[in-house]
Amino acid sequence: MFAFILARLLQAIPVLLVVAFISFAMFQFVGDPLVALLGQNFTAEEADRMRHTLGLDQPFLVQYVHFLGRVLQGDFGISYRLARPVGELLAERLPATVELSLTAAVLALLVGVPLGVLTGIKRNAVISRAMMVFSLIGVSLPTFLIGILLILFFAVQLGVLPSYGRGDIVHFSHWTTGFLTSSGRQAVILPAITLGMFQMTLILRLVRSEMLEVMRSDFIKFARARGLTSRAINFNHALSNTLVPVFTIVGLQLGMLIAFSIVTETVFQWPGMGLLLVQSIGNADIPVMSAYLLLIAVVFVTINLVVDLLYFAVDPRLRGGGK
Amino acid sequence: MSALSRFLDSDFVYSFRRSPVAVVSAVVVLIIVLCAVFAPLVSPHDPFDLASISLLDSLKPPVFLPDGDWSFPLGSDDQGRDVFSSILYGTRISMIVAALAIGFSLVVGITVGLVAGYAGGAVDAVLMRIVDVQLTFPAILIALLVDGVVRAVLPPAAQDALQLDVIVFAIGISRWPQFARTVRGSTMIERGRDYVMAARVIGISSPRIMVSHILPNVLGPVLVIATLNLGLAVLDEATLSFLGVGLPPTQPSLGTLIRFGNNFLFSGEWWITIFPGLTLAAIVLSINLLGDWLRDALNPRLR
Amino acid sequence: MALLEVSQLCVEFPTRRGTLRALDNISFGIEPGEILGVVGESGAGKSLTGSAIIGLLEPPGRVASGQIIFDGKRIDNLDQEAMRAIRGRHIGAIFQDPLTTLDPLMSVGKQLIETMQTHLKLSDRDAKARAIQWLEEVGIPAASERVFAYPHQFSGGMRQRVVIALALCAEPRLVIADEPTTALDVSIQAQIITLMRRLAADHGTSIMLVTHDMGVIAETCDRVAVMYAGRIVEIGPVENVVRSPQHPYTEGLMGSIPSLEARVARLRQIDGAMPRLNAIPQGCAFNPRCTKVMDRCREERPDLLPAGTTEAACFLVQGGAR
Repeated sequence: MFAFILARLLQAIPVLLVVAFISFAMFQFVGDPLVALLGQNFTAEEADRMRHTLGLDQPFLVQYVHFLGRVLQGDFGISYRLARPVGELLAERLPATVELSLTAAVLALLVGVPLGVLTGIKRNAVISRAMMVFSLIGVSLPTFLIGILLILFFAVQLGVLPSYGRGDIVHFSHWTTGFLTSSGRQAVILPAITLGMFQMTLILRLVRSEMLEVMRSDFIKFARARGLTSRAINFNHALSNTLVPVFTIVGLQLGMLIAFSIVTETVFQWPGMGLLLVQSIGNADIPVMSAYLLLIAVVFVTINLVVDLLYFAVDPRLRGGGK
Repeated sequence: MSALSRFLDSDFVYSFRRSPVAVVSAVVVLIIVLCAVFAPLVSPHDPFDLASISLLDSLKPPVFLPDGDWSFPLGSDDQGRDVFSSILYGTRISMIVAALAIGFSLVVGITVGLVAGYAGGAVDAVLMRIVDVQLTFPAILIALLVDGVVRAVLPPAAQDALQLDVIVFAIGISRWPQFARTVRGSTMIERGRDYVMAARVIGISSPRIMVSHILPNVLGPVLVIATLNLGLAVLDEATLSFLGVGLPPTQPSLGTLIRFGNNFLFSGEWWITIFPGLTLAAIVLSINLLGDWLRDALNPRLR
Repeated sequence: MALLEVSQLCVEFPTRRGTLRALDNISFGIEPGEILGVVGESGAGKSLTGSAIIGLLEPPGRVASGQIIFDGKRIDNLDQEAMRAIRGRHIGAIFQDPLTTLDPLMSVGKQLIETMQTHLKLSDRDAKARAIQWLEEVGIPAASERVFAYPHQFSGGMRQRVVIALALCAEPRLVIADEPTTALDVSIQAQIITLMRRLAADHGTSIMLVTHDMGVIAETCDRVAVMYAGRIVEIGPVENVVRSPQHPYTEGLMGSIPSLEARVARLRQIDGAMPRLNAIPQGCAFNPRCTKVMDRCREERPDLLPAGTTEAACFLVQGGAR
């Protein structure tokens, strides 16, 4: 078990180094940091001094190692646009994105898994077919369009839910939460549905197809031949075997939520990291972009690792023992 | 039996004709493609012709609402442009971008896949590692970042002119790994076949073997994936444009139209954004439905 | 009275190019405690017969006509729930591949307990005790320690023993064993066959043993039914069928068993292949491959009638046109 985790960590490190390298290359070579920091007019002397302070006169690899060192200390440079440390900006925005993504993930799982099971078991029922059509629409509708439709209906026509922002938030040292105020809870509803819709339909379809696959397996036929009730077959045998492969993919998809939140945050002007990224891209604010890329990579690698561990806990075949 | 009648009698065509969903979505895709191709002929107005646009016609509702009339079937926007015509032209631009992007993806993906699969060893390992790393990230994020970096590199003056190329490049670069992986898999199988061995024995050069012998044999599955990715590329383009980093208002795609229409949502002129949105949804939905059917039809186990 | 009585059973699969008749007028019976072998090439309809009896035909396959009577009651027209209560409890089943037949995520003990508690009133403690007992009975060493082990922790042969325990644990009176040894090593096949015979004798269980291995049939069964293209071509006591086969097809099958006593120069084989379901010839289905074919065989279909010491569906032995 320990060896397994270690092996996974060792696999993750090269990925992170590659991403860090790309991020470094963006940071260092895209745009001219001297222009960004000194403005358009500066003397050659000033430039040399600045180059020296920034370490730009050192060999390439040394610069990369220094970059890594700074990143490990949370120093991602200064935003061109906002003239503030990028680390600080991201830390400020992180809670909003995490809360939105978590709400969306919980929503997607709570709705997606049961519906997937239902459509998998009652394959030809009218409700299953309706559900499949609905899920295809869910997969095909662009996220921003879902957001716009929700705003049009619930905010503009009915006027029952807020259409932008995060509502009132409560501060806890470095964290901010909207879950504790009623305006905060209301504000998260539409963005969370928007963000969760795609994942929800994806989970639904995935659970259904895995369920159908498992239903054709020999051990389900044998369970039938043993005269088990459909209830026992569906829930004790089919569902557990369905959920093992679903676990991995769903886990990875949840990582995607943080990335996909870019669009949702833009539609709802949700003050998270995604909105920050879009604003930065519009302004060629490279330090923010490179830091965001790195951060997302770390999130993905962490999620991968957690999923692997969960897999371990669920599947006795991986737990070892026996032959 | 001729090849055509054999094709028409095949299980493939049979299952297509028996699936109303497949037929309807194929028809929808066909109509949309035709409308996009012949947009200048079909659309009642030319949204780019400033002379024909009048501010007096601005913000007209669609024909089925009171005050609407047939000269603007789906209403007009704040500049007095016909929404229906804008959609036709926008679809055209969206489709062009998607097609070019997928074309670019195909070229990169096929090349990498062929080389990796044919060369094997270290070359293969390195290339596939890159593919793995890139596949860890959602394509849209890659496209977004590539788009941002390219914009930062380009001088501001060149940006507007190159906008379309930038977005094609960004989307294309975000989707090649899938093709590379598929082509590599098939190439590795084909490489071991006798005909390739024979070609090598008589001394045909490796690039030539790859292009004229292996490529035609791995193209089938790749084209299926490409079709499916076309829908996703349309969506990518719309998303980037919606986020404001895609096509400028001078070349309005469906995404751009939705972005600008969005500003009128609260003042009640919903048609400016909703109709382009529904068009986009119809395109993507039809392509997805076709893809779904295609996958089931090619995988008889699920029938 | 026979425990199982199948009469004129037909199973059909509707397809877009017409309806395929996969089982055509199958009739046979199984006595209490009897082991009936069903033999034939793959695609002859052996497994399908088993599936039809336990009511698990894969759609769109369906029983088109005929009757299945188990213990005096008709079971082919029961609703799903009634049929479910019979499966496992009255008619058990053993499948071919022990590696895929067991739920990989549930311990073998739990699968046994679950099966027993579905059909019999048993407390958790009693069920566990019986699960261990069953594992011991099928020869799993250290059963009490391994009762909650997972399938992947057993070897293939051991898993097939678990499958047998699962099929028998609710004490059914008939077990349908579909190629129970085909997926196993030759050395283990004999052990499994011996185990099945012993258990059948101990519990008075009847077995319908489906296999394509004539050798297994000869060792194990009391009677044997030979199937060809969805029909039974010969049925009778095993000794008689093996010693003096009446149908030319059976004769061909017997010729393909290597024998130690009769040293023939080479094994005989039947030329050609069994027809596909959509191309079964008129008359006797075997006529294109039969070395003794007559005009009548191409037009009329022979019925299964007593011939010599067995019953066979062949004009040759029915004195029809010799």
